[in-house]
Amino acid sequence: MHQHTRIEEQIDLPFLESLRISFQSLKIRFGRSIITTAGITLGIAFLVSVWTNNEIDLALQESGRSSTIANLEETSEQGISTKDIWLIIMSLIVCVVGIANSMLMAVTERFREIGTMKCLGALDGFVVRLFLLESGFQGFAGALIGALIGTLGAVALGLKNYGLDLFFYFPLLPATPEDAPMRIGVLLLILFGCILGMLLAVIGSSFPAWRAAKLPPAEAMRTEV
Amino acid sequence: MPDIVVKTEDVVKEYRMGSNVLRALDGINIEIERGEYISLMGPSGSGKSTLFNMIGALDRPTEGQVYIDGQNMSNLSQRQIAAFRCHRVGYIFQSYNLLNVRTAHGNVTLPMIFAGIPDKQRNEKAEKLLDKVGLGDRMYHLPDELSGGQRQRVAIARALANDPSIILADEPTANLDTITGREIIDLIKQLNIEQGVTVISATHDLKMLDVSDRIVDIRDGLVERIRNRDEIEIEIGEVGGHE
Repeated sequence: MHQHTRIEEQIDLPFLESLRISFQSLKIRFGRSIITTAGITLGIAFLVSVWTNNEIDLALQESGRSSTIANLEETSEQGISTKDIWLIIMSLIVCVVGIANSMLMAVTERFREIGTMKCLGALDGFVVRLFLLESGFQGFAGALIGALIGTLGAVALGLKNYGLDLFFYFPLLPATPEDAPMRIGVLLLILFGCILGMLLAVIGSSFPAWRAAKLPPAEAMRTEV
Repeated sequence: MPDIVVKTEDVVKEYRMGSNVLRALDGINIEIERGEYISLMGPSGSGKSTLFNMIGALDRPTEGQVYIDGQNMSNLSQRQIAAFRCHRVGYIFQSYNLLNVRTAHGNVTLPMIFAGIPDKQRNEKAEKLLDKVGLGDRMYHLPDELSGGQRQRVAIARALANDPSIILADEPTANLDTITGREIIDLIKQLNIEQGVTVISATHDLKMLDVSDRIVDIRDGLVERIRNRDEIEIEIGEVGGHE
């Protein structure tokens, strides 16, 4: 029984403990996690497929085997069309908004849980760290799957357009920088997709998690979604 | 000299709703002694839950001071407030507030995780506490697999995890049927007697009357009156007669 007057300071939890709690939480709310992760997967798959598709078209066009390409109008000197740049930018926006929305919803519906954890002695920083870890895992897993799906989709389309020639001229590595800064190659594109998905998920969840963690518990628990 | 565990001085709480200001507490002064069982009573909207939140450091007063164990709560750092919630107080809520992603056992261990208690020790203690509240056979069930009364028992076990000196219970029986509610009240009273825990409960459940040492009636954000046990006992007869 604590009868002494001095109120001590709350301790920081070891990182491993946070890791364990966030894994547990992801595992138990698996169904819900899958839906949030699917949001990330779709966003990244869309972006990566559009971009990879573009790289494939350009690589094949350069190889001189692009007789089947239909959409080469407006091709600039760098070999990337305005339409494609637009498409990539649009898919990036869709991806950012989609992921931010998924994460925002996923955190907001857990305000009560955040309030409860604070009642039990959780520090604000711990709550935020928990959400960053969870969203980081989700972001990375979702984005990796999305990047792979996107690449496969683009490859399938490439196969349809170019047949097996695709594999001889597949843009796995970046084109020379002076060619075009946006042609980073499929490998880097997958890596970029993963990092982007993870970053967006972490940023998308950190803001609401931080806001909820700062609220007095009574207010966080009152929040209705 | 009485050992005062909770003291409030002119506590005011205002909520801003657009351009309107709602004054939920209008200057509350109470003193609660260690080991007491206090019921804060009053109709919905009287301010009793708001006062409960102030005492439990779950919300900050707009004006006035709350002292726990002689310590002015408004002078505490974030870390001290977290430690206070973790070690000094056990909370029990009307809607249980269990974490649905953790089993009964996982819910009880959580405050001990925050307190830095080692794995083995906290697991043993959680088992002991769940046994004590009569849930020894349902330890590894998720809250969704438990009845209302069982969930409230988990919440009680969780509230006791770090041996708090105060139990704060906000309408702990409001979502339960009469018999289950009675069992929960008896369990809280038992802890009050056996462990000397101070119990502060916001309620409008008349069953709480006969276990309380004092009843603080709250109305319109003010203390309307404070009744002692002997005064209460007379009224219980009347209440019983009406039931």
